[in-house]
Amino acid sequence: MSVRVEHLSIAYRTRSGDVCPVDDVSFSVADGEIMGLAGESGSGKSTLGTSLIYLDARMRCLGGMVELDGQRLPIADSRAMRPYRMTEVSLIPQYAMSALNPTRKVRQLIADLLRSHGVRDREVMAELKRRIALVGLGQDVLDRYSFELSGGMRQRVTLLISTLLDPSLLIADEVTSALDVSTQRAVGEMMMEFRDRGISKSMIVITHDLSILAQVADSILVMYAGRLAERASTGTIIEAPLHPYTQLLLASLPEVGVRYDQTTLTGIPGRPPSLANPPEGCRFRARCPFAFDRCATTPPFEEVAPGHFVACWKAAA
Amino acid sequence: MTSLLRIDRLSKLYGTSRLGGGLVPALRQVSFDIDGGEVVTLIGESGSGKTTLGRIILRLTSASSGQVSFDGQDISAYSGPRLREYYRHVQGVFQDPFSSYNPIYRADRVFELVRASYFGQLPRPRWQDKIEAALHAVALNPGDVLGRYPHQLSGGQQQRLLIARALLLDVKLLIADEIISMLDASTRVDILNLLISLKRSGLAILFITHDLSLGHYVSDRTVILRRGAVVEMGDTVEVFGHPRHPYTRNLLTAVPELHKKWRRPDAGTAADPGGGAAADPPPAASSVARRRRWPARTAQHDGALEPPPLVPVGPGHLAAESEP
Repeated sequence: MSVRVEHLSIAYRTRSGDVCPVDDVSFSVADGEIMGLAGESGSGKSTLGTSLIYLDARMRCLGGMVELDGQRLPIADSRAMRPYRMTEVSLIPQYAMSALNPTRKVRQLIADLLRSHGVRDREVMAELKRRIALVGLGQDVLDRYSFELSGGMRQRVTLLISTLLDPSLLIADEVTSALDVSTQRAVGEMMMEFRDRGISKSMIVITHDLSILAQVADSILVMYAGRLAERASTGTIIEAPLHPYTQLLLASLPEVGVRYDQTTLTGIPGRPPSLANPPEGCRFRARCPFAFDRCATTPPFEEVAPGHFVACWKAAA
Repeated sequence: MTSLLRIDRLSKLYGTSRLGGGLVPALRQVSFDIDGGEVVTLIGESGSGKTTLGRIILRLTSASSGQVSFDGQDISAYSGPRLREYYRHVQGVFQDPFSSYNPIYRADRVFELVRASYFGQLPRPRWQDKIEAALHAVALNPGDVLGRYPHQLSGGQQQRLLIARALLLDVKLLIADEIISMLDASTRVDILNLLISLKRSGLAILFITHDLSLGHYVSDRTVILRRGAVVEMGDTVEVFGHPRHPYTRNLLTAVPELHKKWRRPDAGTAADPGGGAAADPPPAASSVARRRRWPARTAQHDGALEPPPLVPVGPGHLAAESEP
């Protein structure tokens, strides 16, 4: 087991009390697995992803534990986490533009990072050059500033930097959302390539776009309002989802070949509940077409078939 | 009958900031029409010029050459009251709804601004009725949105409110530039269905997007833009069903689909149900991205702006010969 997360809860401090976008979350990611983490905005998926590497001043770990390769990660202690960042856990942030310092050339950025981790750049230069070629960039990219690069190139540069020290776990937060389809595909294929070559052992790919996950992920974890809704292999989630939320999410995706005059797609009525004051019981209850009395109590996140977990009274019955 | 909007050999050159100057073409002789009550999707990757085209139609940018005519009238000379009259019929909604609002005012102030410009004479109760009718048309409950601040509304609500604002006017053409790319999948579809119902009531829409599946879902006709020039256009079913230009085919193979995996170079044994697309070389995806930048050119090289001509390739379907 490469990554094991147990009963993790993360809260944001606000003036009106704690808001808990990650509420008692448990899952694991195997070696060589790409796990997709999906959900609407505000579902807590980004908070979950970033909490595995960096808790900022507003965030607090309320409990739970994270284990990487059998070793416990001190996620609540930012200073103790330092040696793990980049080398064991790494993150490709959502906005590549703001992740890259515009006043430094890519070469200087990389040198700074390596120095702060006590690695001499000569040791990794040869490998870096090989990887630049692998992702289809020219070597001249090292001598460019981030603003001279296109969106797709920037995203590739952040991928290179994040994986330079071969992290065991790579977290990619919405890395494809702002890209065009052809660049999206290139970045998606690169992530698979990095996994296949063992550059990064396991990955968590966070996105609201299930069709990207259908391409790159081995398994998918669906979150709703801070809790886990469903977890299964990609094939099962796409072809035979059990949670009504997953089903509705899939039904709302238009595919090429679907047109309004033949099929009318439906969205999900309503919006996710406020996490400042979450409702009792199943949090999807208010929007769920199948809700019944029992949904007033929280359904457990249970394994209903090997490797298929779901938190729904109807589905588990 | 003349079309509602006619775009005729429209070009736009932007100056570059690089030393030595030079002009970069954002649009190269783009021509197409939009009829009343028609949804036309304009598909292009970033840098293809799709947003520039929308901005020229909305008179937010001027064209370098070519003409945009609305109801048979050239719009470029409009100013003052005539421009205001034009905006009564043509309105735009953009990608980021939040930046369309001033966060320190309540969201419905956007309605008041319309009232100040166009309906100063209208008595308050009739104005209220008008707002409620517009909100009703975009499926918003007035009680949920009126008097709220922008941050209290969801992205979908903000976007609907902006569409409602356009509907207050006697709008005939809506320029919708990436209006749903920032929304969640679950709310996207509702906005799309709203556009379709507005179309059915006679509104023409230019739907600008980089998302092929969304474009396919809503539109009657599709225009595919690459490096500022139209490479393929025609009936949506025809363009998506029988794409002729290699660029269009490449885009279609890159679309992530739920039930079909991208073909990977090493997965050569996997059967490909894609039919025609199977003949294409595998992922040219990254090369598309790399080639996208058009080299800066000086104004003297105007001849190089000439895009390859469009030739008919099917019923109501035009495609360009491929460019190097």
